Amino acid sequence: MRRPEETEKERRALTRLDKLESQSIFIIREAYKSFKNIGMLWSIGKDSTVLLWLAKKAFFGHVPFELIHIDTNYKIPEMIAYRDSLAKELKLRLVVGQNKKALAEKRTFPDGLDRISCCKELKTIPLRQTLDGSGNRRVYDPNRDVWEELETAEPYNAVIVGVRSDEEGSRSKERVFSSRDEKNEWDASAQPPELWNLYKTEFAPKTHVRVHPLLDWTELNIWEYIAREKIPTISIYYNQGNGKRYRSLGCYPCTNPVDSEARNPQEIIRELISGKFRNIAERSGRAQDIDGGGTLETLRKEGYM
Amino acid sequence: MAIAAAASSERMNIVITGHVDHGKSTLVGRLLADTGSLPEGKLQAVKDSCKKNGRVFEYAFLLDALEDEQRQGITIDSARIFFKSAVREYIIIDAPGHIEFLRNMLSGASRAVAAVLVIDAVEGVAENSKRHGLLLSLLGISQVLVAVNKLDALDYDEAVFNRIKKEYEAYLETLKVKPLAFVPVSAREGKNITESAPETPWYTGKTALEILDNFHNLPSNEDSFFAMPVQDVYRFSNDNDARRIYAGTIVSGEISSGDTVRFLPSGKEAHIKNIEVWNAPAKTRAITGEAAGFTLEEEIYVKRGEVMVKSGENAPVKTGDRLRANVIWLGSRPFRFGKNYLLKLGSAKVQARLEKIESFLGEAENGQYGELRRHDCGSVILSLARPITLSSFYDNASLGRFVIVDGYDASGGGIVLENLSAERTWQSMNSFEGLAAGGDFEEELFTLLKKYFPHRFPNL
Repeated sequence: MRRPEETEKERRALTRLDKLESQSIFIIREAYKSFKNIGMLWSIGKDSTVLLWLAKKAFFGHVPFELIHIDTNYKIPEMIAYRDSLAKELKLRLVVGQNKKALAEKRTFPDGLDRISCCKELKTIPLRQTLDGSGNRRVYDPNRDVWEELETAEPYNAVIVGVRSDEEGSRSKERVFSSRDEKNEWDASAQPPELWNLYKTEFAPKTHVRVHPLLDWTELNIWEYIAREKIPTISIYYNQGNGKRYRSLGCYPCTNPVDSEARNPQEIIRELISGKFRNIAERSGRAQDIDGGGTLETLRKEGYM
Repeated sequence: MAIAAAASSERMNIVITGHVDHGKSTLVGRLLADTGSLPEGKLQAVKDSCKKNGRVFEYAFLLDALEDEQRQGITIDSARIFFKSAVREYIIIDAPGHIEFLRNMLSGASRAVAAVLVIDAVEGVAENSKRHGLLLSLLGISQVLVAVNKLDALDYDEAVFNRIKKEYEAYLETLKVKPLAFVPVSAREGKNITESAPETPWYTGKTALEILDNFHNLPSNEDSFFAMPVQDVYRFSNDNDARRIYAGTIVSGEISSGDTVRFLPSGKEAHIKNIEVWNAPAKTRAITGEAAGFTLEEEIYVKRGEVMVKSGENAPVKTGDRLRANVIWLGSRPFRFGKNYLLKLGSAKVQARLEKIESFLGEAENGQYGELRRHDCGSVILSLARPITLSSFYDNASLGRFVIVDGYDASGGGIVLENLSAERTWQSMNSFEGLAAGGDFEEELFTLLKKYFPHRFPNL
């Protein structure tokens, strides 16, 4: 039996999820305070949706910046429907970038390109152009409930991104405030020191900064948080009767569902702790990671998330 | 076989340090593999890649995931690696040993509460073995496990182990660091890592893993005085939201609705009206570690950088504009006298100058030192352009450590040994902020000044 003073002590301490939540909120607030024009990348996946939720927590129900989605036009269709309905429900100002030229010219996989070049054409390039303001974009205004086309916009000084260090090797090397040069490129071996939570938020003009509030979260933490907060997540993460679900979301030509019976966040948590996925990497269903060693690292140097 | 830690178990940040090639990455790779903490995909991917490139698989490759690193065969940055024992989950940081990567080692070590320091038994105590020991002491990390590695190459010779232990213990003693344990290991062969090795019958202590599991997370500050650096003040007007919310992360103690709070250095007082939350049950108390937000009964003007404390609590958090500190310099340009730097502490940012170097560890030219160069460490006195709110590192870690920015470059870090504001300069006394931070007399004087010179206090 527990002694009463232990219970009192526990009541007065944060749980591990509380600590992760608080640390991420601290980082999001720090980022918002530090940059004039900041956005948050929202891939519609579970991690960046948790990130969005943390922003709502950080700013007490408000999301005081734009959400940016790069639409490859090959996203699993449920993702787009879910995106638009959540933007409306949570009153999010949403910016959607797309490489229309590459799509029109069919410079994509599997039609004309290999997987890696396709990622570059449909993700890296439009991301870069959306961030630097040069690319065309569709913008959802939640107050008027309308979509508008914009040719160009002000560049973002910084974007908040939901990458986690346990996902993949190069992501485990990231700083929380990570600078990119004018071409949005990342030099992993020449990063500045980052001590405690005293993040350096002073950057030379024209530097573009990626902010990573979720580095310390694991896949399991993400699902524990989704379950605790009852965060609305897209249905394709769950088995809807055919014994399959997506563990990681991407474009349909390159993302495969996994065999799983998990029908809700609790069942996914059980599967991750003691079930079949205990020792299988999360991105194992993502084909572009497997084509050649260090592929994601190559993509990330050029500006991929 | 994986030892799955309970989903709700605690987590500890540890750092692995030591001289280059002494076997840090191998040790971590071993810990991951021998406890079944690796995802299946990862081990296979690394093994496949070795096969493809005609290399013999090594445990260190598990960590050196970056392409660059695999080519050069050294660890460039502090990878964050997750690792589970039966007791808890670790974030294990494989800090690099090359001296030019010291900034990465520190970035890793600053998030850690305990350290494993690896020493190659063949090579013995090396330059970075010493430097890293010093840095751990400067960062306030007192739980240190020293792994004497590569003993397989010396037939597990007890005499070598004892000699290294004696030599390094003597060095750490000069730094006031007391290692909790010395363990004779072979990371490559997996000896004394997770299981006791028959090769070292003379060693009767615990395995490296058992020692890690016996380390403690830092005592949290829940029972201590209340302090919260103000991170920002929000006023979002959309959706007719009229709240003015004072936001920040509580670094120690707790606070409840109705409590009287005081902001330092301004000295302004107010009462907590409500603890604001979103998508959580309403509450009347906020505790250490929470990223919190409050509305106040009185609409006062305070800015980021002030620290909110509880009125009536005699917190060892004071305003000050001179401090004694331990500093580690990492900048490409040296830390010099007569130059302005930016010091960041808590949520405050202030101009700072190097006033005096009291003691020095580094490469002195002809025994002389007039500056701190990259990788030098020293005990220094800093003077600030205006008072900020701080404490010694030992009273409150969060308000007792800082970074120094030179231009746009994070160039140094340190911990506050002592707030020297008792020897306050005329300049700080001459500022109203400095006055407001003092005792009763100053407080009364400040009230009178506000009454008779209201135009000097437009923000009140």
